[in-house]
Amino acid sequence: MSGPEDAPPAVGLRRTALHDRHLAAGGRLVPFAGWAMPVQYESGILAEHEAVRTRAGVFDVSHMGRAWVGGVDAGAQIRSVTTYDVTRLAPGQAHYSLYCNEDGGIDDDIFVYRVTGERWLLVHNAANAEADFDRLAAAAPQADEVTADTVMLAIQGPTSVKIAASILGEVAMRIAPRTCALVSWRGSEVLIGRTGYTGEDGVECVLDAEAGVALWDALLSAGVTPAGLGARDTLRLEAALPLHGHDIDATTAPFEARLGWAVSLDDAAPFTGRAALEALRDKPPARRLSCLRLDGRGVPRLGYPVFDSDGPEAARVTILTSGAFSPTLRVGIAMAYLPVALAEPGTMFFMDLRGRFTRAVVVPRPFYRRPA
Amino acid sequence: MHVLDGLYYTSEHEWVRLEEGDEATIGITEFAQDQLGDVVFVQLPAIGASLLAGEPFGEVESVKTVSELYAPVTGVVLAVNDTLADRPELVNEQPYEGGWMIRVRVGDRGELNTLMDATGYRTHISG
Repeated sequence: MSGPEDAPPAVGLRRTALHDRHLAAGGRLVPFAGWAMPVQYESGILAEHEAVRTRAGVFDVSHMGRAWVGGVDAGAQIRSVTTYDVTRLAPGQAHYSLYCNEDGGIDDDIFVYRVTGERWLLVHNAANAEADFDRLAAAAPQADEVTADTVMLAIQGPTSVKIAASILGEVAMRIAPRTCALVSWRGSEVLIGRTGYTGEDGVECVLDAEAGVALWDALLSAGVTPAGLGARDTLRLEAALPLHGHDIDATTAPFEARLGWAVSLDDAAPFTGRAALEALRDKPPARRLSCLRLDGRGVPRLGYPVFDSDGPEAARVTILTSGAFSPTLRVGIAMAYLPVALAEPGTMFFMDLRGRFTRAVVVPRPFYRRPA
Repeated sequence: MHVLDGLYYTSEHEWVRLEEGDEATIGITEFAQDQLGDVVFVQLPAIGASLLAGEPFGEVESVKTVSELYAPVTGVVLAVNDTLADRPELVNEQPYEGGWMIRVRVGDRGELNTLMDATGYRTHISG
């Protein structure tokens, strides 16, 4: 089948190597960050969400930016542009990190995989892929952008690792959370990371486009459910994972978003935003990204206002940064920045759901935690 | 897409089934539920509420989107499908049967002549 470089553009949208496979599985394609991506397949968002929570689903995340950085200086170069001290990572370890601006705001959230001593893979959000690569390449001119030539599949769910291992080899079973390994499969190199964005166990695989399509076919043959962007959003929200451009952005700083753990300030190395983050670390944040559960019927959505009461004196407190119907909990869930004094679990608010004031309560995060 | 003969249809994808007397049942079509995706919430009027043809009378909300429901005819709400509160997925599974939304007393049966029949609606959704 043809790869993205020889497929004709669909109204200016880029296509991943799996485009034909999406169509074959009944995918409903929508524009996303300049790509034509499936929001759901034939079975629908609720069924895909349930498949990931109870069995295994596969997401084509090939639209995300991917860049290899090599060399003995790579670690220090990467550290100079991101908040986490990646030089601490041993070969095979991976960690979540941020690109911040000079004010400490979050330009993107990323994942850094130290694959070997001198080979690093960085994964960027699709919406920021170009700016992110420019930032990385400014510090690491040897960086190699491989988005167009590779496929990335996220295989997630309680049976996902076992199924991945049945295809890619037993090594996949022995990769610990937040570590990665290289395997050879059908003559191609596959990076397997025990990482994900769903709150379930799972792996994410990066491989060349042709092998990526073969892996997709093998996964579907093994009974894995194809899952689209709709389910990806409901899954990550249940796990209270932030989405850049919504819950975190250039105007939000890591500490108020509960991402202080992705910021390393105890080494001496400079990195973009360091001074601002040091100042912010020493001041407790005025607001905190919090989880809200609807106490009634309806669906909270991005941008809906939140009030302190439903009476005539009701004051607007914040707006939702994310919202959805939780398929697992069967209730509306949302995230929003709340003043710290009002962010304790149990605090009540009223959400304006298109004119219907509906009670909501702050709950501990995450909304859903997978059974041990 | 399944379009039932014998029903009336609107360009906004509601269907109307004439019952005995001057009563009618209203819901959304199979095409509409397919476009919406998984329905998770339906907001319907109270019994006794007045409907004005062409005006919104409620909302149907799916995982990804919200759509208004437009009154196909003028009338008064006699019954509401309460089952949809617990089982909104009936709108997807049985758009013409278990997923019915409201039953109304029609004010003016002549209004039905402004609606499409099955053939007209089939053309509408294939265009």
